[in-house]
Order: sequence, then structure tokens, then C-alpha cells
Amino acid sequence: MRLHRQGQVGIFVVGAVALQLALVAAGKGFLLTQLTMAAYYTLAVLGISLLMGYAGQISLGHAGFFAVGGYTSALLTTFDLGPQRARPLVSALEQAGLLVARADGYGGEVLAVHPVAAALCAVALAMALALAVGVPVLRLKGHYLAMATLGIGTIVYSVVLGTSWLGSADGIAGVPPFPLPGGASVGGRAGGRVVNYYVAVLLLSAAMLGLLNLVQARVGRALRAIHGAEDAAGAMGVDTARLKLGTFVLSAALAAVAGVFLTHYNGGIGPSEASTMKSVKYMAIVAVGGMGSLWGTLGMSLALNFLSLRGTFGVFDDAVFGLSLVAIMLFAPEGLLALEPRRALAALRERLGGAGEAPR
Amino acid sequence: MTPFLEVSGVSKRFGGVQAVSDVSFTLRRGAIKAVIGPNGAGKTTLFNMVSGFSTPDRGAITFAGRPIHGLQPHEVAARGISRTFQNIRLFARMTALENVMVGRHLRSRAGFLAGLLDLSWSRREAAAVRAAALEVMAFLGIEGLADAEATSLAYGQQRAVELARALAAGPELVLLDEPAAGLNMRETRDLARLITRVRDQGATVLLVEHDMSLVMEICDEVLVLASGEKIAEADPGTVQRDPQVIKVYLGEEEAC
Amino acid sequence: MAELFFQYLMAGLTYGMIYAVVGMGFNIIYNATGVINFAQGEFVMLGGMIAVTLAGLMPLPLAILLAVLATMVVGALVELLFIRWLAGPSVLRMIIITVGVSILIREAALLTWGQGVRALPYFTGSEVTSLSIGGARMSPQVLWALGACSAMVALTTAFFRWSSTGKQMRACASNRTAAALCGLPTRNLVTASFVLSAGMGALAGCVVSPITYTRYDIGTGLAIKGFTVAILGGLGSSLAAVTAGLVLGVLEAFAVSVLPSAYKDAVSIAVLLAILFLRPTGLFAARVAYRP
Repeated sequence: MRLHRQGQVGIFVVGAVALQLALVAAGKGFLLTQLTMAAYYTLAVLGISLLMGYAGQISLGHAGFFAVGGYTSALLTTFDLGPQRARPLVSALEQAGLLVARADGYGGEVLAVHPVAAALCAVALAMALALAVGVPVLRLKGHYLAMATLGIGTIVYSVVLGTSWLGSADGIAGVPPFPLPGGASVGGRAGGRVVNYYVAVLLLSAAMLGLLNLVQARVGRALRAIHGAEDAAGAMGVDTARLKLGTFVLSAALAAVAGVFLTHYNGGIGPSEASTMKSVKYMAIVAVGGMGSLWGTLGMSLALNFLSLRGTFGVFDDAVFGLSLVAIMLFAPEGLLALEPRRALAALRERLGGAGEAPR
Repeated sequence: MTPFLEVSGVSKRFGGVQAVSDVSFTLRRGAIKAVIGPNGAGKTTLFNMVSGFSTPDRGAITFAGRPIHGLQPHEVAARGISRTFQNIRLFARMTALENVMVGRHLRSRAGFLAGLLDLSWSRREAAAVRAAALEVMAFLGIEGLADAEATSLAYGQQRAVELARALAAGPELVLLDEPAAGLNMRETRDLARLITRVRDQGATVLLVEHDMSLVMEICDEVLVLASGEKIAEADPGTVQRDPQVIKVYLGEEEAC
Repeated sequence: MAELFFQYLMAGLTYGMIYAVVGMGFNIIYNATGVINFAQGEFVMLGGMIAVTLAGLMPLPLAILLAVLATMVVGALVELLFIRWLAGPSVLRMIIITVGVSILIREAALLTWGQGVRALPYFTGSEVTSLSIGGARMSPQVLWALGACSAMVALTTAFFRWSSTGKQMRACASNRTAAALCGLPTRNLVTASFVLSAGMGALAGCVVSPITYTRYDIGTGLAIKGFTVAILGGLGSSLAAVTAGLVLGVLEAFAVSVLPSAYKDAVSIAVLLAILFLRPTGLFAARVAYRP
């Protein structure tokens, strides 16, 4: 059983390696950039897949957590504390290695928080927000939950859009690369493209393994029980409120990590990452990939995000996701991959026959 | 001696309907007691109040000396009370074994971190849970159904799985909501034997039932409700002869 | 100083009336179907946009009438295409579908009209006309808006209380199976609820367009605010929804006077969250509409 899961992830990694080699050989190495970004977005999407598919909770504002992660690390790593150097707290932090000085590309020097420390703060903040918001929000059902999460996402968006020291409409730029052991880093010059790709692949694989483990474990069973028959789950001793909260916080953490790394990779972040449309896109991907299927979601996410980033959908990008949401929910609520064409067509024919009564 | 389960002066109203009205009864440890009455008598409402799915408007419910009215269902479960449902509530998209394993939820600890990292102690714990679940299923004779998708099983088998799930945590008190509904005579007799064995293993059983043969055969005591009120509480023989009870049931067909 | 206060108040009331109408639209559909129609705000947007396009071709009243009718057709289409034929869908599924529908409508609007801001001409006078009421000045359009919305509220209340179709819709909302068993055309009543909500939203969109302008993307924000009003005001009374809408609008207007305007949406969302958190069962608890 255990080997089964690790084996699946292993195959995924091998596939990723093969893809990278093939692309470079074909001279299309530049595609790795969008694949890397797609991989980071997929981290966030996997979190939502867990939330929606296993805990059965909807979140229309998850891009907010992504943004909290990204903006926090962007702000912390770009805010120059140099002028404050003399202050005891600042110099203590610098001594401790939490603040680092670096060149800022204009010939000056910036004293800002070390990316690793900033990342930890960012994820912790997102988790704290999820905890604070989750306690009241998860008590809500259905529409109220959806609206509350939509509202939270919109608040985050309004805040980042309207606050000057968060860059307003322009966002935050000049975010330094995220240092990794062995001299590698996330972000930085194009030469690190292959390395960055593998970092993303590894991160995604680790997250996938963790989630696959979780779904088979006691918590996963309890989540599936909640999704299957919530009242009966409670009767069996499952603390449904606590489990839903834990899942919510975990999914927020995943979104935040995605936000952090993507921000470092791109060297910046903008308010569109917090938009409702982004949240809806995440949801659409989970719906298409199959709400109960982690691998289905992963595959769909990589594919759809990659295509979207490549601009394949052009000006119809949002429309495509909106349409896929509707289409999937109408015809294939279990996801595209669970679709059985013959049965679906039969159901379609039946519905059309039944709905053809009483004209307006 | 403190009664095992004590329900005193419990009432519950839903909108314009007084579902349960000032009902009191006790249940002693090791007994099998049935709650019977015509439809609409308030039996399931009573059950829901005991298991935490509903809060009494008035009155108190104590279990092993501690009050349990107003607790959440999972808190009631943690006190050692387990239940089945009138309309079978198995977990969809999970196998019968997984359903029963969830029954062991309270007897295991692994949380998010242990689950994500697949720690060895949590793996051991999961194996133990699995073994215990299989044991309970074997006790009920359904271990062969372990890997079947729970909701695809035959009705009688689903009832058995739900019972196994309720028993998996080793509860002190088991609440069975119409366990014989939809079962034929043979299956009902098997069920009767099963319930007796459950009691012999140390649990106390409170059941809601319409099937009089089952009730007469295995119950030590019977509580009769009608229109939300208690009209009799005694051993089966006495209840059967009670004129009030007969009046309430007159014209009703006995379940076969 | 008092004049400024009055300006803010009038602005708040104007927006508030729109929120109230959107909220009522939510209620009507929720009552009939148990569905929260996330696309509610798009009806307001469509009313305004279509009217603007038509206003260049015909007299204003006709343009508005046709815009409202067109939006009502859209409402009916939404119900027929996406809601009607679903057999007992889960709440999750319905939410996702209506979110998707709202996106589709918005994207279609973007394609048709672009990103530009549009506005209907003022019904009477122009943007510089102003009436003097109690020493303060305001545009007559505000009176049009308040008047139209109040009329809608009054008419809908009367409709539900006294007309036979209105009573049928209430019956259908209260217990669909029973209504169907009584021979009521439940499916068409559901469509009617969509048509009614769409029409109301469209008219509201038309009357405020001169003041607040219309853009392809105003739908989402309106939906959130309308939902806030719907749960603030509760289901049973349109009067409560109107009060709630006005309160929200005024709160928002005064908040914007102290906070940066970019936070405007955040204010009403904060109100929404406050209600949801303090009353977790939601104010819909008073009356539950369920689908069999």
C-alpha cells in the first residue's frame, strides 16, 4: 500500500524528468518556464482539491491565501530596513541572520528580511488567517460558506489593490531569488530555468505524496466520512468542525507556499493573483480534474495552467474557465476523467426528453 | 444504584408539534430495552436527543452519572454511546471495511501531521484499527464484505455493516434505530441473536422497534410512547397486557 | 457641513436601493428554488448595458422597456438551460454552476461592449441639473432611482401578497411537492421567479446608470452586496430587505468618506462577514425552502 503511493509519485517524477529532457532536446526549453509556474499554481489547486473533494467544503476566495503568502514574502524581502539599522531590534535581527543586505540593482543596498525567514512568516500568517477566519466560516453551510469565502477573497483583493505600501495596482517588484542549498535558487536569471523546474517538480511531488498519505490515513478516512454522511461521521466520534478547520488551514498553507515560491520565481507579485477570477479558476480545475481525485486534479491543473499561461485561450481565458465550470457541473460533476461517455449521453438524452415539457 | 442512562422530564417541540412531552425513563446497565409506539410517537426524536443530534427544550439526560443533553454528537460518542440510523447512513464512496474503521475513530489518535508524513506509529495504529474492524465484522459474520463498496451492498448487508460500525468503538451503550426494518423473518431472528450476543459482550442496548416479535423475544424492558408521551414502562409481558397500550395499538397491523 | 452629510446620505440611499433590489431578487429565486443565484448582479449590469445600446436607436423609455424585457429573457434562459433540468443537485454543484453562469454573462458582456464605462442619459435634465431640497442639492435622477425602486418593492410585495400567481409562487417556494400535487405548474413558477428577479435587477440597473455608470464587471460586487442585504433583511419581508439595503448603502457611503475609496467593497463585505459570523445559522432560518 505504501509502496503503491510512493511508486505513483516516483512515476510522476520520472515523467517530469523525461519531459524536461525532451523539451530541451527539441529546443523548446523555454516552455519549462510556464511549466514551472503551472507546477506552483498546482500546489494551491491541490490544497483546494483536498478541501472540496474530501472535506466537501467550498472556498471561493482561496486566491486570497495565495496572495497573503506571496505579498508577505514580497514585502518582507523588499522593504528596506537600512535606514533603521541603528535601532536595537533591527541590528539584533541582522546579527541573527534574519536580515540580509543585498544589492538592489540600482547600485544601492537593501537590508531586508532573509527569504527563508520571510517565507516562514508568510505561510504562518496565511495559516493564522485561515485559522481565524475558518472557525466562524466553517460553521456555515453551503451558500453562506461560499459567500463568506468569496467575501474574504474580495477583502484581500481590495486591500492589496488599495494599499499604497503594497504597491496598489502595480504590486511589488524586485523580489530577490529564494536561496536553496547547493547554491541554487528559485528565481533569478534565466540560466536557472532547468534547476527551477526541478525545484518545482520536487516541491509538487512532496506535496502530492503528503496528500496521498493523508487521504489513506485516519484523517483522510474521517474527511471522506464527513463528505459521505456528515451526521453519521459525528455519531462515530469524528469532530467534524475540527477536521474541516484543519483541512482549511492545510489548504491555505499550500496556497501560501505556492504564492511564496511563485513570487520569488517571478521576482514580484500583483493584485490579480488575489482576484476572484483566480479563485474561480482553481475551483474550475478541481471540478474538471475530478473532486475526489488528486492525480486527476494534478494533471488537469498542470495542463490547464500551462495553456492559460501560454495564452492559448487568448482573450477568452476567463470565459473558458467559466464555461468549463458550468459544463462540468452540468454533465460531469465527478470530473472529466470519471466520465463514462455512453452513460453520460444516455443521461443527456433522458434529461432533454424530460425537460421538453410545458413551454413558456 | 445510579442508573446507567437516565432520562428525566425531557420535552421537545418542533414548530407547532410537541414531539416529546415530559418523558422520563431509566436504563440499567446490561439491559436490552426497546422504545415502541405508533408512528409519530416521538421515538426517533428521543433517540436524537440521547445521541446529541437534538437538544431537549426541557429536562435532563444523564449517562453514567454525567449529563449528556446538549452535547454534540461526537462528544456523546466519546462518552461511550454509539448509534445506528433508521435510514441507513453509511459513508458513500468507501468500502464496508473503511466504514467500520471510521467507527474506531475514537480509539485512534493519528492526526494531520502523522497522516501527511505517514509516520510509523500511525501506520501501526492504522493496522491495529483495521484488525479491530475486521474482528467486529467477523463477530457479525460479514468479514467477507470488507472490500465491497458499502452503498452497493444488499439492504440487509448494509444494516449489518452499520451495526458493525456502531460496535467498532466498543461502546458501553448502543442505540439501534429500527434495526429490523426491512428484514425478513429469518434475518430478524439472526438479528435478535446478534443483539443478545452484543449484550453478552458487555454492552447495553436501547432500541427503537416496530417488530413486536423481536421486542418480545429479546428485550428485558419496554418503554411505550404515544404522541410524545410515555404511556407504559415494564417488562414485555406486562406491557403486552396493558390496556392503555392495547388501545394505542388497536387497529394497527403488527410488522411481520 | 450639513450639505456634505446630505450628499453622502443621498449617495448611500441611492446605492442602497440598488442593493435592496438585488437582495430581493436573491430572495425571490432562493425562495422558489433554494438556489442562490450568483448571477443576480449580472442582471443589473445587463439592464444598464442593453439600455445604453438601445438608447442610441430609440426613445429612452422604449430603450429601458426593451432592455428590461431582454434581461428577463436572459433570466428565463439561465433557468431553462442551467437550473431546470438538474435533478436534485447538491448545494455545492448549484453554487458552482451559478458562479460559472455569472462569469459567462460577464465575459459575453466584455466581448460585446468592451471594458469601457457606459451611462444612460439622465431621464430628466442632465448631470448639471439639480433640485434643491431642504437646502441641499441633488440630481433629479436620484429621485427617479428611489422612486423606481420603491415602486418595484411595493409592486412585488403586492404581487406576492395578493395576486394569484404570486401566491402560487409562494406556495411553490414553501413546499414544492405539495404545490405540484395541488396542480401548480411548479417548473414554470420557478422560471417566473427568475424572470421577475431579472426584470427587477435590470430596471434598477437602468435607473442608476446615469449616476453610477455601468461597466461589464459591476455584477460581482453587486451580487455580494445583494446577498448581504438578503441575509441581513431576512426572507419574509421586502420591507426588511429594503431597510437593510438602505442601511448598507448609507454605511458604505459614510465609510468611504473616511477610508480610501478602494476599500469601499471591503466595508460591505465586512458587514456580511460580521452577520454570518454572529448569526451562523443565517437569517434564512426563518423560512426554509427546500427542493424535494
